Amino acid sequence: MRLFSAIPFASAALALAVLTLAAPSAPAADTVDPVKDATAFKKFFTDKFPKVKLEDFVNGPYSMNEDLHRQWEEKEQFPPYEFSLEMGKEMFTKPFKNGKSYEDCFPNKGIGIRQNYPYFDEKEGKVVTLELALNRCREANGEPAFSYVKDEMAALTAYMAFTSRGKPMDIKIPNDPRALEAYEKGKEYFYTRRGQLNFSCATCHVQSPGERIRAEVLAPALGILNAMPIYRSEWSGMGTTSRRFTTCNSQIRGVPLSPQDDEYRNVEYYLSYVSNGLPISGPGARP
Amino acid sequence: MNMLKPVVASMLLIAGSVCAFAASEDDYKAAYAAAEAANKEAAALRNQWTTTAATLAAAKKSADAGDFDKAIATAREAEALARASIFQATSEKTRWKDMEIR
Repeated sequence: MRLFSAIPFASAALALAVLTLAAPSAPAADTVDPVKDATAFKKFFTDKFPKVKLEDFVNGPYSMNEDLHRQWEEKEQFPPYEFSLEMGKEMFTKPFKNGKSYEDCFPNKGIGIRQNYPYFDEKEGKVVTLELALNRCREANGEPAFSYVKDEMAALTAYMAFTSRGKPMDIKIPNDPRALEAYEKGKEYFYTRRGQLNFSCATCHVQSPGERIRAEVLAPALGILNAMPIYRSEWSGMGTTSRRFTTCNSQIRGVPLSPQDDEYRNVEYYLSYVSNGLPISGPGARP
Repeated sequence: MNMLKPVVASMLLIAGSVCAFAASEDDYKAAYAAAEAANKEAAALRNQWTTTAATLAAAKKSADAGDFDKAIATAREAEALARASIFQATSEKTRWKDMEIR
């Protein structure tokens, strides 16, 4: 075997060995108990970061690092998401061609309801996220769907999050085995390693919050979605929850799924549920 | 007879090279098909790796340029990557629980 072909084989074999060794096998059979999960989830983070107030976890990396926190406070004087927020407000109130508007698709005319998304739709038997509900509203009114990852969708969700600022996340799991299954599948997705780098969501956001990954300070998983959508300096623009999930996947060398595929809807359901009680802080800004 | 030896050897060498070249292209096609099949299996498990797709593309590029030795080696690397992603997806079906906060 020539050297140029031997090197890739050696690297593939090494990757396989790392995959094998990285995961000790001791799975425990247990029942699904979201209330117990949420309590343990919060305890894990408050034990790990005893100086951080529970409600401050929603500020992501800024809650982990004092210097960053000071920079962020100054940034909030002229927040970079402001243009998107203004655009979202204008879009939200502007009627569709048929005379109806987003207000007609949501409870309380869409104001102050962000904390209830995603929810489990018992008719459909699936999780419905805010982004999905917005595009369904558009399509039901004869308008084309927006891209799930940025621009208009980020603007609309920014405005809706802003009207819910400070309200505690309040995700319900109805007494429906399908809802519990969606929650459990979301949890499985969150902890499952994927991509060539063999990372799960938890590798960064449970095992290593506050640590640096290159120049970034990793955010804790607790309350991580409460700040969505976010303006990221790295993106030079706004991004939705869908954008965050898909880019996380590609960064670990995994092929991302399509935005709003069941896996992403379920993981959003799980992560939002375990952050119940923490305030909505979106739209947020991140380095 | 001794004078014929180099001629016979040359003919054998030429015939051998031609056969080896033809075999290389077929080998490449087989290696690429195996890698592609493994990557499809990873897709069914919702766990493709970006590097597998990139390596498959690199294999095709080498084959298009006529470098079948490199194309075969690269296709085999792509297959190894796809198989590793399948192993990962399969083993994580139970191993994710080891990371769970309890």
